[in-house]
Amino acid sequence: MSQSETEYLEGVASKEYEHGWHTDVESGKAPKGLNEDIVRYISQRKDEPEWLLGWRLKAFRYFKMLMEDEDSYPEWAHLKYVKPDLQDISYFSAPKDKAQYDSLDEVPDELLETFERLGIPLQEQKQLTGVAVDAVMDSVSVATTFKEKLKEKGVLFMSFGEAARQHPEIVREHLGSVIPYTDNYFAALNSAVFSDGSFVYVPEGVRCPMELSTYFRINEQGTGQFERTLIVAEKGSYVSYLEGCTAPMRKENQLHAACVELVAHEDAEIKYSTIQNWYPGNPETGEGGVYNLVTKRGICKGDRSKISWTQLETGSAVTQKYPSVILKGDDSVGEFYSVAFTKGHQQADTGTKMVHLGKNTKSTIISKGISAGKAQNSYRGLVKVGKNAENARNFSQCDSLLIGDQCGAHTFPYIEIGNPSAQVEHEATTSKVGEDQMFYCHQRGLGEEEALKLIVNGFCKEILAELPMEFAVEAKELLAIELEGSVG
Amino acid sequence: MALLEVKNLHVSVEDEDIEILKGVDLTLDTGEVHAIMGPNGSGKSTLAAVLAGREEYVVTQGEILYDGEDLLELEAEERAEKGVFLAFQYPVELPGVSMTNFLREAVNAVREARGEEELGAGDFLKLVRERAKLVDLSADLTKRSVNEGFSGGEKKRNEIFQLAMLEPRLAILDETDSGLDIDALRQVSDGVNKLRSDDRGFLVITHYQRLLDYIVPDHVHVMVDGRVVRSGDKNLAVQLEEKGYEWVREEAAAAA
Repeated sequence: MSQSETEYLEGVASKEYEHGWHTDVESGKAPKGLNEDIVRYISQRKDEPEWLLGWRLKAFRYFKMLMEDEDSYPEWAHLKYVKPDLQDISYFSAPKDKAQYDSLDEVPDELLETFERLGIPLQEQKQLTGVAVDAVMDSVSVATTFKEKLKEKGVLFMSFGEAARQHPEIVREHLGSVIPYTDNYFAALNSAVFSDGSFVYVPEGVRCPMELSTYFRINEQGTGQFERTLIVAEKGSYVSYLEGCTAPMRKENQLHAACVELVAHEDAEIKYSTIQNWYPGNPETGEGGVYNLVTKRGICKGDRSKISWTQLETGSAVTQKYPSVILKGDDSVGEFYSVAFTKGHQQADTGTKMVHLGKNTKSTIISKGISAGKAQNSYRGLVKVGKNAENARNFSQCDSLLIGDQCGAHTFPYIEIGNPSAQVEHEATTSKVGEDQMFYCHQRGLGEEEALKLIVNGFCKEILAELPMEFAVEAKELLAIELEGSVG
Repeated sequence: MALLEVKNLHVSVEDEDIEILKGVDLTLDTGEVHAIMGPNGSGKSTLAAVLAGREEYVVTQGEILYDGEDLLELEAEERAEKGVFLAFQYPVELPGVSMTNFLREAVNAVREARGEEELGAGDFLKLVRERAKLVDLSADLTKRSVNEGFSGGEKKRNEIFQLAMLEPRLAILDETDSGLDIDALRQVSDGVNKLRSDDRGFLVITHYQRLLDYIVPDHVHVMVDGRVVRSGDKNLAVQLEEKGYEWVREEAAAAA
């Protein structure tokens, strides 16, 4: 690689993080440390029903067992990082000592400004049209827009905490039904200490009239974010949901360990999109940044149901997540479309699990990994076909693009077939943004940045096309910003 | 002032001690078509790459003036913006990047450099349709990704199509005839001939005289072992075809 190109790519790799500021909001923060009292404290602050506290405590006791067993920490991923010190984290942080806001009038101005600065206006006159937003800062949901309008259709969209109080029967039935607290280390932790997240319920036959979106922001220093999201789509319903995430620049690592559960009943469809832009850490030293260790899983419970995960992952120092679909209903469909962009010292080990249980179930996996700088990017995916899953079909495609010569791309596909009628296809490619491609673009008058943007956008095109229209532009811009650098 | 003046150009490969061009002299003016012929490994494509600004070559001696300006001071994209165009011997594929997108960026980059306004979508598409016709290229091809899944002939015609879109002052054709059957060769040549003009110069690099039956050059230069050993008019190409490269090679050896 030529000198100027190397310099440019170093520039790209060191582009600064845009959302690195923080808001000065007085916060009521729980003391650092993890113990039963903290779990009780969180539940009490959130004014939770007794059964929920009971569930948290069961999860906590299970997690305590895991903590005592050093081997239980998941270290199998292609990631190198210092394990977070779970006793050095505050598990609850509520802006201005208020654990819940009953109306927008109660929300302090600094908070509203924070979200406005992020491009998420919450005040009624400024709200984004066609998109209902739930804004979550640290452990608390700040506001949910268009709630009333959605209610007319019977769609429930609110913070998880609110749902636990107002619709305990739905929450209780589904909480932990897709991801039991015994599922894995971080799912157990989340189940014990989860803060706020979103809750969506779409009744039978209803097509949710707008995009639902949650915006997560970690603000407070030394806190973790442990949101819990639950989406239930009843028979024949449809919902499209998108989450976005940012965090201030902090020197220490912040832990984000979320759980997302999706339940799609007969003929229902859930489309879940993520634009993840947590602080990735200092691009030169690798210092700080968010540990994004997340469990996301959906179940296609009913026949002909469909769950589709689309993700654009550009942030976090460490990302480990495998949004999965359990294809239980016959003729159900699972999809996973992913772009994971790592640069600087970022590491990602991400992919999906498609578990075929019903007959004629179909899954599609398209994963695009892009690495620049000194980043490491791995695809890890499991396709499992149960013994009763007649005629299961899977198509997987994993493409990796390398920018520069100090980064890495890896692919770890796992395939377990229990039924001979299964058809599973896997394709993988790794390519390097070649000097030839760059030169071809230069020769047509395009500079380094324009050329790289074209090539990367071309590489991700089919994934970006899966994002809801309202966010596709944002996603493209985010990618462009990620690629921007000082041309040396 | 000539459009292009190459003076005593010496070029080596980066990191290696191998000299490929050993003192090339060449003067080309607008309205002219110069052909460079020569056997494999004589340095023809290296000359094209150096003119276009490929970075793995190091100029150790000599200079290149383009419109009187030191071309070697300019980055590849600056040269393109100033009207230097290279039709690639092996056009590069850009997966997922649509021809339309690519060309729009390219055309607007060049227009901006010339101080012209960006082309609107309507005008742009009109221009695409009009110029695609010059090389019998289906306008549908512009919906596909750049060079991806194009046949060999389509790739070469696509290069000439881009030439037509970007309207350069100096067009360098690097073995545009290689891999083309006779029909495709005619299509490409027809396109080039339609693009000949008084304010544009062509440098046509080829192995075979065949192409020069269609694109008739004003001047022919023969390159052997990194030097232009003989220059003449179009008849030189015919002579070469009859006598082979050994003839000029021996002559060059005798002169040295």
